[in-house]
Amino acid sequence: MAGARTPAISHTPFAIGSPLIFMEHIISVLVENKFGVLSRVAGLFSGRGFNIESLSVAPSLDPSMSMMTIVTRGDDRIIEQIVKQLNKLIDVIKVVDLNENEFVERETALIKVHTKPEDRAEALRIADIFRANVVDSTPTTYTIEVAGDTKKMEAIINLLQPLGIKELVRTGRVAIAREPIRPATAQPKRIAKE
Amino acid sequence: MKLTGAEIFVECLKREGVKTLFALPGGVVLKIFDILHQQKDIDVILTRHEQGAGHMAEGYAKATGKPGVALVTSGPGMSNIVTALVDASMDSVPLVCFSGQVSTSLIGNDAFQEADNMGLSRPCTKYNFLVKDVNDLAVTIKEAFYVATTGRPGPVLVDIPKDVSMNKTDFKYPGSVSIRGYNPTYDGNKWQIKQAAEAIAKARKPILYVGGGVVFSGASEELIELAEMMNIPVDMTLMALGAFPGEHPLSMGMMGMHGTYWANMAVHYSDLVIAVGARFDDRVTGKVSEFCPHAKVIHIDIDPTSIRKNVNVDIPIVGDCKRVLRELNQILRATVNGEQKELRKPWLDQIHEWQRAHPLTYEQDSNGPIKPQHVIKRLYELTKDRDPIVSTDVGQHQMWAAQYFKLTKPRRWLTSGGLGTMGFGFPAAMGAQAAFPGRLVLCVAGDGSVQMNTQELATAVVNKLPVKVVIINNRYHGMVRQWQDLFYEGRYASSYLDVVPDFVKLAEAYGAVGLRAAKVSEIDDVIQEALAVDRPVFVDVPVDQYENCYPMIPAGGCNHEMILADPPELKKKQVVGTPVVGEDKDTVLTA
Ligand SMILES: Cc1ncc(C[n+]2csc(CCOP(=O)(O)OP(=O)(O)O)c2C)c(N)n1
Ligand SMILES: [Mg+2]
Repeated sequence: MAGARTPAISHTPFAIGSPLIFMEHIISVLVENKFGVLSRVAGLFSGRGFNIESLSVAPSLDPSMSMMTIVTRGDDRIIEQIVKQLNKLIDVIKVVDLNENEFVERETALIKVHTKPEDRAEALRIADIFRANVVDSTPTTYTIEVAGDTKKMEAIINLLQPLGIKELVRTGRVAIAREPIRPATAQPKRIAKE
Repeated sequence: MKLTGAEIFVECLKREGVKTLFALPGGVVLKIFDILHQQKDIDVILTRHEQGAGHMAEGYAKATGKPGVALVTSGPGMSNIVTALVDASMDSVPLVCFSGQVSTSLIGNDAFQEADNMGLSRPCTKYNFLVKDVNDLAVTIKEAFYVATTGRPGPVLVDIPKDVSMNKTDFKYPGSVSIRGYNPTYDGNKWQIKQAAEAIAKARKPILYVGGGVVFSGASEELIELAEMMNIPVDMTLMALGAFPGEHPLSMGMMGMHGTYWANMAVHYSDLVIAVGARFDDRVTGKVSEFCPHAKVIHIDIDPTSIRKNVNVDIPIVGDCKRVLRELNQILRATVNGEQKELRKPWLDQIHEWQRAHPLTYEQDSNGPIKPQHVIKRLYELTKDRDPIVSTDVGQHQMWAAQYFKLTKPRRWLTSGGLGTMGFGFPAAMGAQAAFPGRLVLCVAGDGSVQMNTQELATAVVNKLPVKVVIINNRYHGMVRQWQDLFYEGRYASSYLDVVPDFVKLAEAYGAVGLRAAKVSEIDDVIQEALAVDRPVFVDVPVDQYENCYPMIPAGGCNHEMILADPPELKKKQVVGTPVVGEDKDTVLTA
């Protein structure tokens, strides 16, 4: 039993550009849909030196709650802290580390390609291969909408880049567990009894 | 009948049983002050600085276990109390702080005395609320008290815009509230508790490492039962002092950076660490990778994030210390027999050996300069029969007070542990005194620290808060000087205070009592004299300027590698006699 004790967090906290040796985790966070919640979550990550690779948030089925999808990296203990610290926030209703089970993930990107006349056909062909949609077009541009996992995003971006990508926006990833997760709560958000 | 927001505010505070409000007014909260002025149930203590109000509320809360309540104005009023909020979050003090805000229509416009109170307080509160509608005020206040005092306690801020305090609505105060995202765990997992009991029964060299959580949950009785039943020595963190009786044979006193030799050796060589309501702070663990390297760790805490944050834990138990210990004791009671005492005899013998080898010491020459430890020890001995409440500032004097005051009960010890806030002691003592007018409240202050809140002398005088402040006056930021002695070759960068006010005259200037003990032989008399008056007293005690506080584990060092006395090369420099002032400071103390 003798020997050195492993500190729970064995490295100095990192802020941006997380070391890739750490495993990526996708964490679903069900939160109150009200002002200030995003800054509480963001403040938790920046204040404790946890990394956020992407964060997306929108109202959930129940409009009083929002679902956040946070992509982060860390070893087991960092992820454990992230999950616990998120749970500790009063506006957080439920936290699920999706990596614990199977899940599907998607991201959407809008890619505006500057097309010379001779490249327009090529742009459409690439879009077609990736089952992407052209959602807008001007004499000199196509705006292509593509959805998929990270690999697909990177692949289409790589192919379109030589044609000239003018602008690119990505939603950040959203993910969902394959098996049903027990619905968080049917409780009203604040109960005040006489 | 419809009430204004201000009336609702006061009504809510009454329903919450608030007796004392520490406050300082300003434009946007005048309506509230006006209503407070017209009632008698809540005593409003006007402080001279919002930081003072915050620390008073903390002292009140630490001494009573009830939430401390403060009210400040927008902008600078709010920013001035931020230090106390940070302090309270670090030390889990239940506070409810109300701040005024500019009217809702002006928020975000950089209005006069507008500050982003929500933004300022977000990282230093357990939760914060902006009340945008007077109809939400009562429920929000109820929720604020609920959040501050349940689970792991902490500060909560409620920001009240001016128009909200003026608008009217029907008043209904909820009897109870619940918040769906907030469900603290109080009962420990039964299976884990059973595992813990088995580990405790088997351990040959167990140690209880207890923190402030034991105080907050009121678990002292259970702790004493556990320690006595199983014959387990008890190490206390700075926050826990008093949670276990200081003079109990199983008390090891304080552990950590300036803890006792035996407390630190015991945790280092133990085979089972039972952490209760403690959070493995770096001032306790030293080098984390070398902390209790031979031990299994049981960790009981109400805050799941405390567990496995700094140190790996073998048996984690999330729950309220009192409930978990009670359950643990129940299991152990059924299994306990004479065997455990026998099993642990060699361990306790070893600890006594350590105790004999390196007791806390200092040498007081009866004609020489006063040793700071001596003043504190005498203060303890002369007051212990009166069961005093003791607050401290931050620095060497704080550590000596922690070493020499052997408090017998919890909620007698008010100190800023997590944040280490200079200036905390005096107002905190006043807060405790406001809660317990008849009790003896002492403050062991530093000459540097006390200057951060001396304006509160006025508050103490006006409100008849007869706290006894003993200033350990070494004319230095002594703790800084000590680090400079040990790690910066005696270069005293900005630690010498040069001008220290005449604390006797300062006290007198405010209408308080000022006393001074200039010689060893005067100490007892002066302390007795201070205790005899029913007014606030500043006792100035000029002490040996170069005394250092030991044992000391250098930051990041291992717990069994303590510095026990000034290293020999430093000894030469300690040529004391006449106080060293001004220009000779370099020559006297450079190697
Ligand atoms: C507000 C604040 N500023 C700075 C520090 C850093 N600090 C820690 S101890 C100390 C010196 C305290 O001096 P004094 O109150 O005279 O106590 P002594 O160590 O001399 O007993 C300082 C500056 C602090 N803890 N708090
Ligand atoms: Mg000093």
